[in-house]
Amino acid sequence: MADNINNRGLITEDVVKHVASLSRLSLDADNVARFQRQLAHILEYIVQLDEVDIKGVPPTSHVLSSMKDVFREDELKPSLMPDEALSNAPERQGDFFKVPRVI
Amino acid sequence: MTDTDINGIDSYKKWMELQKEPLTSLAGTIAENISRVNKDIHAFISVEKDTLEKRAGRIEAKNKKGRLWGVPVATKDNICVKGELTTCASRILEGFRPPYSATVVEKLEEEGALIVARANMDEFAFGSSCETSCYGVTRNPCDTSRIPGGSSGGSAAAVAAGQVVAALGSDTGGSIRQPAALCGVVGLKPTYGRVSRYGLIAFASSLDQIGPLTRNVADSALMLEVISGHDKMDSTSVERPVPKYTDSLAKDIKGLTIGIPKEYFTSGIDDDVNERVHAAIDVIKRLGAKTIDISLPHTKYAVSCYYIIAPAEASSNLARYDGVHYGYRTKKADNLIDMYTFSRNEGFGEEAKRRILLGTYSLSSGYYEAYYLKAQKVRTRITEDFNKAFAVCDAILTPTSPTTAFKIGEKTDDPLKMYLSDIFTIPANLAGIPAISVPCGKGNGGLPVGVQFMAKPFAEETLFRVAHAYERGK
Amino acid sequence: MDKYETVIGLEVHVQLATVTKAFCGCSIKFGAAPNTHVCPVCLGLPGVLPVFNRKVLEYGIKAAIALGCDIQKRMKFDRKNYYYPDLPKNYQISQFDMPLAYKGKVTVSLKDGTAKDIGITRAHVEEDAGKLLHAAGEAASYVDLNRTGTPLLEIVSEPDMRSPEEADAYLNVLKRTIKYLEVSDCNMEEGSLRCDANISVRLAGAKTLGSKVEIKNMNSFKAVRDALAYEEERQRDMLEDGARIAQETRLWDEIKGVTASMRSKEESHDYRYFPEPDLVPFEIPAELVETVRLTMPELPQAKKKRFIEEYALSEKDADVLVEDRCVAEFFEETVKCLPDGQSVSNWVRGEYMMHLNERHTDVKGLGIGASDLARIIQLAKDGKISGLAAKEVLRACIDEKKSPDAIVAERGLEQVSDEGELERIVDNVLAANVKSADDFKKGKENALSFLVGQVMKLSKGKANPKIAGSMLRKKLGMEK
Repeated sequence: MADNINNRGLITEDVVKHVASLSRLSLDADNVARFQRQLAHILEYIVQLDEVDIKGVPPTSHVLSSMKDVFREDELKPSLMPDEALSNAPERQGDFFKVPRVI
Repeated sequence: MTDTDINGIDSYKKWMELQKEPLTSLAGTIAENISRVNKDIHAFISVEKDTLEKRAGRIEAKNKKGRLWGVPVATKDNICVKGELTTCASRILEGFRPPYSATVVEKLEEEGALIVARANMDEFAFGSSCETSCYGVTRNPCDTSRIPGGSSGGSAAAVAAGQVVAALGSDTGGSIRQPAALCGVVGLKPTYGRVSRYGLIAFASSLDQIGPLTRNVADSALMLEVISGHDKMDSTSVERPVPKYTDSLAKDIKGLTIGIPKEYFTSGIDDDVNERVHAAIDVIKRLGAKTIDISLPHTKYAVSCYYIIAPAEASSNLARYDGVHYGYRTKKADNLIDMYTFSRNEGFGEEAKRRILLGTYSLSSGYYEAYYLKAQKVRTRITEDFNKAFAVCDAILTPTSPTTAFKIGEKTDDPLKMYLSDIFTIPANLAGIPAISVPCGKGNGGLPVGVQFMAKPFAEETLFRVAHAYERGK
Repeated sequence: MDKYETVIGLEVHVQLATVTKAFCGCSIKFGAAPNTHVCPVCLGLPGVLPVFNRKVLEYGIKAAIALGCDIQKRMKFDRKNYYYPDLPKNYQISQFDMPLAYKGKVTVSLKDGTAKDIGITRAHVEEDAGKLLHAAGEAASYVDLNRTGTPLLEIVSEPDMRSPEEADAYLNVLKRTIKYLEVSDCNMEEGSLRCDANISVRLAGAKTLGSKVEIKNMNSFKAVRDALAYEEERQRDMLEDGARIAQETRLWDEIKGVTASMRSKEESHDYRYFPEPDLVPFEIPAELVETVRLTMPELPQAKKKRFIEEYALSEKDADVLVEDRCVAEFFEETVKCLPDGQSVSNWVRGEYMMHLNERHTDVKGLGIGASDLARIIQLAKDGKISGLAAKEVLRACIDEKKSPDAIVAERGLEQVSDEGELERIVDNVLAANVKSADDFKKGKENALSFLVGQVMKLSKGKANPKIAGSMLRKKLGMEK
């Protein structure tokens, strides 16, 4: 029964904080509380998925099951010039993207 | 140019010929008209007159007159137009100008269309009311105190208000069809894989499709002809030839079987919507089609299923907005982690954050099987329901939306309530089938109501046939 | 009996040598100016989509076959989600639960002469990330995305290695095998081969594994050996002291010669794998695998065995010759011209390979043809030129791109073996060096060498020293 939504437990504020960290969002205490309430409310509704009989049912990852084996050939295509590639860069130095030091 | 003169591509083209003006000056007029109307409805985030004139100049220079030559077509702000601001109505893509155009834009330009970019939308297509745009809400032209629907609210409103003749939107859970219904225009979501997604800024990759919003069904068929086709830049686009969809318009619907699914006519639909849709059923019968009762038993799970899958894919698709390579970067950070988190915090709106959190949660360790995997299995069940139904009917008829356009601000403090307004449109995305919304009259307060037709994969011809017959016969 | 047992597993990433990237048409050539091999797709711009390079599948299958793996009938891609500035989409397209191949093995030869099988758990395809550069003293880092999207094959070994030596042997066999297929340059210095290690130490005979420590930042095979040796000792010492070994990631510090803990808290590795919705699944039919198998060259193990049998070479010599496929093939071509496996082996392993190393080039780059090398060896064998002269001829052939015979003629290197001429020279020398002749007769062997030297001098190096020596002996009545 490990994969029932119901058994996952309520989404707590700690879980919200953890998920926020995984998705690189910094939330203050008010936001954490508010999102916790809203997400809990949504998940309460979603728990109905546990009712569905899915024994032996394959998951859909591609809605048209005939889709397979799509390739491109190993042929060179034109690349962008550095100026084009960096045209939207918030910060650049020469032909590099610049970010705060990565330790 | 008034609404009454022009009611579609053909009449627009005729009108153009009568104005013995070069396209560049026409473009100026169009831009002025758009700006003027925009003050009331804000369907476009911005209107750049000289950009439009330059575009017109480029089209004019082409001798070949394409099927959409000179026709103003709006593109939703999540469809890349090379060199022009494409921001998904989000602060986090502030200032972003893609160095490439979406395949559909190139196809439109091949046919000479005059692209009018930046139709307003819900931020990153997250919404059903156009209220989450960071540039402010779009107002329904039929009643400016109300929402136009979403997320392609700007596209629908622009067509309804006559700012443009046609528009492109995107549909992940109903984002073309629902605003089309609420604004009184025609909106089509093609079969998944029919139209290239290359250049569509992704929301949920397994659900997104680009489609047309138009004044009538014939225009929808023409637009689909233009934008469809295999694209080698999109692994999920199919290698099927594109039929001449406009040919299917002439056929009548005598002898076709239309399924009426009982799950779409339960309580929760407003009376006026119910009445109008039943009137549409009567028209269909009068035109010679047979209607049968069918059941799509897993319909009630569609919203739950969708709100696991779509945010999950979205959370991954939106991870790239981090202030490193493009878009908004916070000024407040001096280290990498803060740069990420502050940029994303300051750049994303509420709904975007909510969906990212929900999506990340359902993919995270310990939750994947219970949520994402399960939802993908329920999705298979929903698709099976449709497969069974299409064995006994040619098309399915349902309401597009349970209500007409609601007031601005009415549903914004209850996310779940907002999500539930997509209940009739979501299943088609989950199953990948084509669906079209056609105006079927006015409800209370003169607000438009839409009727939805769905067909099996790649049966857009059937959709056009039924929709066009209905449109003519009603 | 060692009290402790070391358990090592290696994760090797090999860059596949296709022309273009895994999911777009940008070049993967090494060393380009920053951000010149990028396009909207590998930049991860909003709205782009990946399309899979067919050659990557072909090369991946080839490598997996050579490593003895089971190629899967169906494979798909998954997204591995994490944030880093060199990963523009903040997810990597990789393979999680339906990879290209499972269950392979390679056989390594250990120093004591025994052979050992090292298992391979799986091999999968994924895309590479870009490069981050840091300038000393600056508060900024710089991102070059040229490398983003380069196709990688990740090869995960079973934890079957029990020493740094075994790990080194495994890496060498892996490199040699994959290089043979020409699907990768396998060059650690250029980054086309990378290695991370997992190492744990436990009491000998214990059933469970000790705490697994991951070691990163090893940039050469030597670094791998040194890092593992250091870490092995560190863990053994800790166990001896009764300390608990933390399960963590440690970085190898080449300069200090130690591993150090990655103190940074980093993301809790929840990669949130899910199937990549922008790519379709791939079927790998048996026919495709067969087609690829038919394009495969003879692999080093098989070639080595054949060399030992066909050319009567020692295992050690055969090992050297098969190390580089082009050298091995050059060896065989030369033997075709001159059927003396032993001589050719000596020359190839000796002078020829010395030139390769000296000039930092490969067989193609060195240029000299197999028939030319065969000719040089033949001339020396026949005594037409001295051994020393032969070496000179080889060098000259390479430098001047002329035929051996032309060089010999130009430089007058032909030895005088003609009896008559030689006798005249010998007589002259004997006449001019009476004392040495007497010394030799008295038994001083050195005197003979001196006299031979004089013959060489008088003949300007052209005399055949062997014949001169025996002629001198004869004339002095000192035949052996």
